[in-house]
Formats: sequence, structure tokens, C-alpha cells
Amino acid sequence: MAPTIGVVRFPGTNCEFDTVEAVQALGGQGEILWHGDSSLGNSDAVIIAGGFAHGDYLRPGAIARFSPIMEAVVAAAKDGMPVVGICNGFQVLTEAGLLPGALQKNAGLKFINDWQMLRVESTNSSLTSAAEVGQELNIPINHFEGNYTCSPETLAELKANDQIVLSYVGNPNGSVGDIAGVCNEGRNVVGLMPHPERASHALLGSTDGNVLMQSVLDSVGVSA
Amino acid sequence: MQFHAVIDIQLHAGIADPQGSTIERALPTLGFDGISNVRAGKSIHLDIEAADAAAAEAQLAQVCDQFLTNPVIEGAEISILETAGAN
Repeated sequence: MAPTIGVVRFPGTNCEFDTVEAVQALGGQGEILWHGDSSLGNSDAVIIAGGFAHGDYLRPGAIARFSPIMEAVVAAAKDGMPVVGICNGFQVLTEAGLLPGALQKNAGLKFINDWQMLRVESTNSSLTSAAEVGQELNIPINHFEGNYTCSPETLAELKANDQIVLSYVGNPNGSVGDIAGVCNEGRNVVGLMPHPERASHALLGSTDGNVLMQSVLDSVGVSA
Repeated sequence: MQFHAVIDIQLHAGIADPQGSTIERALPTLGFDGISNVRAGKSIHLDIEAADAAAAEAQLAQVCDQFLTNPVIEGAEISILETAGAN
């Protein structure tokens, strides 16, 4: 049976349907999860899609963290379920304490909406298992608060534990260590600023996001 | 007792502050020179019930740490300004 990927929708999320589409194009079952629900339904994995959850009030992800669905997401993540946060979803996962560090405003002080080359740094995560180390991927970024930052101690830990899964080729936003995506110590929770769902069909200009989405589908097979 | 508090939230030094930078760059065009290090933060005003001012401040410190700030990038200064409703 095709794995079911629950895609979380907060008020202000705007990438959930693109994400479902990208999952379904690869043979997965995409299902929207409403933030006010407290169950993940039949989900085998969860993606927190991009957008502006709760209007980004206070800080991106700061209010989303208190939505009822997040209690279920945190519990599932602790049980090893693959959980991926894309863009605003990455911000939500850092605010929820599922991923280390924070996303500050871009170093160039501008919102960036552009194609971006990424490099796969580790294939040991639920988002990169189907890729190859060193593989370069052309995937768009679309953010203002995408400048990854953390304490020097956390950065050293991320490096020592191989938790940096994706880096930027040519740092667009000032992220420390050129970090575009990180995973938790369990390697099942991953956050990234670029949008793989926007690089999921030749008509969109790139299909390089599919290897990441495929990894999520594959990681369900592994844990099932 | 009810206290009134003002919480001043600022980004840590070194954290990018596009709003502050934009304000700073605009000032000379209006003829205001000599202004530097502009930082734009947030100010949150609220009333709080607590046994005394110290207890109010301790509780707000927790609120800041767990919710109002992201300690990775922000810090907060709490001022208990007045006792609301006291004579």
C-alpha cells in the first residue's frame, strides 16, 4: 500500500497542496492535516509545508508550535516517525524544539525568491536517503527568515553528528556553515529552507526535489 | 496584586535586523545625521497578577524564555512599571 504522508495545514500555510501533489506524483498518498486536529490520522510520515503559519505573528513558527496537531507531531517524531519541515515548516520545527538552532532574517536583508543549487551533505536522514553525498540539486528558495543560526557549540555538534544534510552552493542568505537543512540526532526529523515540491516536475523547471520526496516515501518503508 | 509590565525584546548583537538597518539608512535622507546602531525590537505591554513584583518578574522571565522570545536569537528586558490599581 502506498505510504500516507500527512501534510500539516495551519491558517496561513500556502504550500500544502503543492506538497501533496509532489508526494502523489511519486506514488504516495498525500493527506492534509488540519492544525486544530490532534490526530495524525493514517499518516506514515508528516510534512509541515511552507507558508506563514498563524501569520508569522511574534516569530515564524512561534504560535504554530501551540496548535493541537503539534502535540501529535512531537510525540510521533519522538517515536521515530519521519517528520519534515519545509521553509516555514523548518521554522516551526525549530520553535517546537524538534530541531536545533533558529532561522534569522537573511543577511542581505532581502526576501529571496530564486533558484538555488544545493549540495547533499549526508544521506543518513529521512529526507536524503535516496540521494548521494555530493549530489547537487537545483531547488528554489522563497524566504526572508532563512538565515540559519545556532551557537558555536551546537554547530560543532551538528558537524560531529553528521546532522547537516543539505548545504547551499554559494550561500544566498548568510546561514552559518552554509546550512540549508539539518536533521535531529534520531535522523527522522529534518528541516530545510528550500522547496522540493516546487522542483517536482519538468514544467516547473527542475525535478531535483523528487529525490528528497522519494526519500521521505522510502523512509516510511524502512520504519514500517 | 496586579502589576503592569513592559517587556522589551531585542535581537542579540550580531543577529541581522533588516528593520533597524533600513531605518538607519533612511535617516540621512531626511537630514538626520549622526544616528547609528539602530535596532528595532518588540515591546509587549501586559498586566499580571502576582504576590509581589519579584514574583511577577520571575513568572514573566519564564514566559519570555518559553514563548515571547527565541533565546537563540533574542533577549528580553522586563520592567515592572507600576502597580495597576494601587493607591
